[in-house]
Amino acid sequence: MKLRLLQRVALAAMLVAPVAAHAHRSWLLPSATVLSGEDPWVTVDAARSNELFYFDHNAMALDGLTVTMPDGTAGEAANQARGRYRSTFDVRLTQPGTYRIGVTGDGLTARWTQDGQPRRFRGTREAFARDVPANAEGLRVFYTQPRVEFFVTRGAPTDRALQPQNEGLEMVPITHPNDLVAGEPARFRMVLDGRPAANLDVTVIPGGNRYRDQRGEMKIRTAEDGTFAVNWPGPGMFWLSASVRDANSGIPNVQRSASYVATLEVLP
Amino acid sequence: MRIASPLALLGFAAAPLSAAWAAPEITVTVEIPQLSVAEYHRPYVAIWVERPDQSAAANLSVWYDVGMRNREGEKWLKDMRQWWRRTGRTLQMPIDGVTGATRAPGRHTVRFDARGPLSSLEPGQYNLVVEAAREVGGRELLRVPFQWPPSAPQNGSAQGSHELGAFTVQVTP
Repeated sequence: MKLRLLQRVALAAMLVAPVAAHAHRSWLLPSATVLSGEDPWVTVDAARSNELFYFDHNAMALDGLTVTMPDGTAGEAANQARGRYRSTFDVRLTQPGTYRIGVTGDGLTARWTQDGQPRRFRGTREAFARDVPANAEGLRVFYTQPRVEFFVTRGAPTDRALQPQNEGLEMVPITHPNDLVAGEPARFRMVLDGRPAANLDVTVIPGGNRYRDQRGEMKIRTAEDGTFAVNWPGPGMFWLSASVRDANSGIPNVQRSASYVATLEVLP
Repeated sequence: MRIASPLALLGFAAAPLSAAWAAPEITVTVEIPQLSVAEYHRPYVAIWVERPDQSAAANLSVWYDVGMRNREGEKWLKDMRQWWRRTGRTLQMPIDGVTGATRAPGRHTVRFDARGPLSSLEPGQYNLVVEAAREVGGRELLRVPFQWPPSAPQNGSAQGSHELGAFTVQVTP
């Protein structure tokens, strides 16, 4: 009986494995989010870690890095480098206004057993078709659609770069994300493929948890229209995250895992 | 001074009439404290008028490093956080009659009459705000409430504790 229970636990663990694989938190950490002057730059760390915001696990790949300029056009990320625990890049803020800077990139994750050995795959749809046998034993496939981003403003905040792409899970700010102040609640809206994401659990964790005994995690559920409010416990950098599991992968019998992360700075 | 007192007695109703020839005025004294620190830079200081909801009504003075090459001194304007958020970030620097160089420790008195930025103030309750931010130092903000236009002389003050010293505001009709 006990063994059976263990087996069931093991099976359950396998089922949630793709989620567990994402247990490390992804984030982009900018050197500043509110800037003045004629020629400001931000430098950014990109990592996947357990603690926020410390580099303790892996550098984040910057393949899907996009810079959306205040006028909506694509900007450039300079000085990209990958270290052991973090990747870094710089963005020169050539236009006044608000930038949206993020790493996106969809793909397929698969696990199966071949000749008694566990096998794993992570890559594009094309590579999946090529590399994963269609009749693989115990095949489990997920379509992942992650977005990790932050916002930075030179001068006065603008809205153009905040418009959603209507792909996957996104946050549409109601309160401007570079106008966050401790003591003032902020409101945002979660959207999935451009439609309000209702009854979604959003997690907000303040950075600096190495120096705290408790994580200080807040769980906030979105309303029917996808909106939610955050009451900041104080100033600092915050990690905001949510994820959705559904069947809209575009591939039969493959579930989608859409996830969203934003790093938000709250000033005193 | 002799003339001012009887005018004040005439009260609020007479104020618009008297404003034409006895222009109301605000005198602000800001003390920048002498600090014993290894690396000292003169603070950036902003003085402005805010409404009760903290929105900015008028910019009076902004002292920052105006002399740097390529306007690099503007890089730290955002460190006067409250000023930056309420008004600074929407402005084009420098501003004639408002911006100027940073000032040394000591008491600085500046006078604003109703012809300048104050000319656009609607009658009502306001705060006079001073905010100081210092490179490798701290930030401090002080507020003194006042009524505009003044019907009688008003004196207010606030005391800073680290980046600012005494802050006094005199409003005369």
